[in-house]
Amino acid sequence: MSLLAGVVGVQGDVSEHRVAFERAGDALGFEVETVAVRDSGTVPDCDVIALPGGESTTISRLLRREGIDDEIREHVEAGKPTLATCAGLIVLDHPDDERVKSLGVLDVRVERNAFGGQRESFEADIAVEGLDEPFHAVFIRAPVVESVGEDVEVLAEFDGKVVAVRQDNVIGTAFHPELTHDHRLHELLLGGLDKDD
Amino acid sequence: MGDKEAGTDLESLKRGTELVKRGFASMQKGGVIMDVVNAEQARIAEDTGAVAVMALESVPADIRKRGGVARMAPVETNEEILDEVSIPAMGKVRIGHEAEARILESIGMDMIDESEVLTPADEWNHIDKRDFETPFVCGARDLGEALRRIDEGAAMIRTKGEAGTGDVAEAVRHQKAIKGAIRELEGMNTEERRNYAREIEAPLPLVEEAAELGRLPVVNFAAGGIATPADAALMMRLGCDGIFVGSGIFGAEDPESMGRAIVEAVNSYDDPDELKEISKNVGGGMKGRSKDSLSEEEQLQYRGN
Repeated sequence: MSLLAGVVGVQGDVSEHRVAFERAGDALGFEVETVAVRDSGTVPDCDVIALPGGESTTISRLLRREGIDDEIREHVEAGKPTLATCAGLIVLDHPDDERVKSLGVLDVRVERNAFGGQRESFEADIAVEGLDEPFHAVFIRAPVVESVGEDVEVLAEFDGKVVAVRQDNVIGTAFHPELTHDHRLHELLLGGLDKDD
Repeated sequence: MGDKEAGTDLESLKRGTELVKRGFASMQKGGVIMDVVNAEQARIAEDTGAVAVMALESVPADIRKRGGVARMAPVETNEEILDEVSIPAMGKVRIGHEAEARILESIGMDMIDESEVLTPADEWNHIDKRDFETPFVCGARDLGEALRRIDEGAAMIRTKGEAGTGDVAEAVRHQKAIKGAIRELEGMNTEERRNYAREIEAPLPLVEEAAELGRLPVVNFAAGGIATPADAALMMRLGCDGIFVGSGIFGAEDPESMGRAIVEAVNSYDDPDELKEISKNVGGGMKGRSKDSLSEEEQLQYRGN
């Protein structure tokens, strides 16, 4: 029996997440199939999903149009593993920004473009809770988590700002683990699943 | 995560690397980048779902009508548009005009388009884009041109098409030329690839990389003449990663409806029933003119090498 990993694919760096899930599966000895989710009806079949980087304004609009937003909400609320990176994190947070129709399933408030524009984008090594070695993180016009709710654990900070969080089975990062060859966060997510289910 | 560790983190910080520049381009995939000439249009573009806006003094169709030398848009125009939106704002510079590019970088534009739509400043040389922290996008008509631009540091390639015409034919031709050449490469041995690299005047390592990947090594958008949701869907079917729309949005009768429809068409490009619904009630597209009605001199795609 193989696992189905759905990467929300209405816009953003979708293929990078699919490759990362495949590599993480190989590392764990799991058979992982991946699918890009561009309309409704697929998320309910997925064991794990990822919301990629991209533009949160565009992604949230298309999710609503395609009726994928409710399916993601149900997936998260059912406690199924979810990885949300950058724009994905913004899409899941509490609605604060009128330009983004976010889902409000993650108890955090996120500030968009918190470091500035592309000129201020960067890569750096950061310590992540639960990983032995530092993670080489790529921040692209990245957001930061301004405040977290009671049930949210902070996984990583950079320069005093929260850049990775965990709430139940949802991991949210301000950076892009899918842009490097380090797939430990994807492994962390898959590792919680019993492959013989 | 004490202070000591935070200090170490900051020391490892690097900006403007290839990874950071190409990473930015990857975030645009599956999206529509719209030409805008002022803050009001930029706001409309963001509201219709654009992933980024491209700041211009006037859209390509108007540049054509006006004639004369077309240059980088005024600093004020770039700044006004950058300040208006929360999505990325890009700007255009003339081919080979490093000083215009330095100005856009200083303004903080998120990406620079070294564009044949403007009058070239250097007949022979394109900008050395590796020397910038800001990522660049460049146009290409074929694989050789695309790989030369990547070699110079472009983080994204777009078809040149024939801008400002509303005629998608040239964009189709350029995308098919790029894909076709890569398919040819895939069937070649090392020796043949070396000869091919010489023939198309592209560096061998990039030729090898394209052959291994079965695609360009950077994000590949469509541009030039895209005017309807169906045009956008066509280019996505040809393997493009996303779409630039120039005069097609604000040259249309109803820019908001057209913008929204093109954004939706890029996501639903392979679903004919949905495309049919999306294509309803968008109003008339830009008037346009067939590229065959232009002399070779009037065509912008032959600018640059």
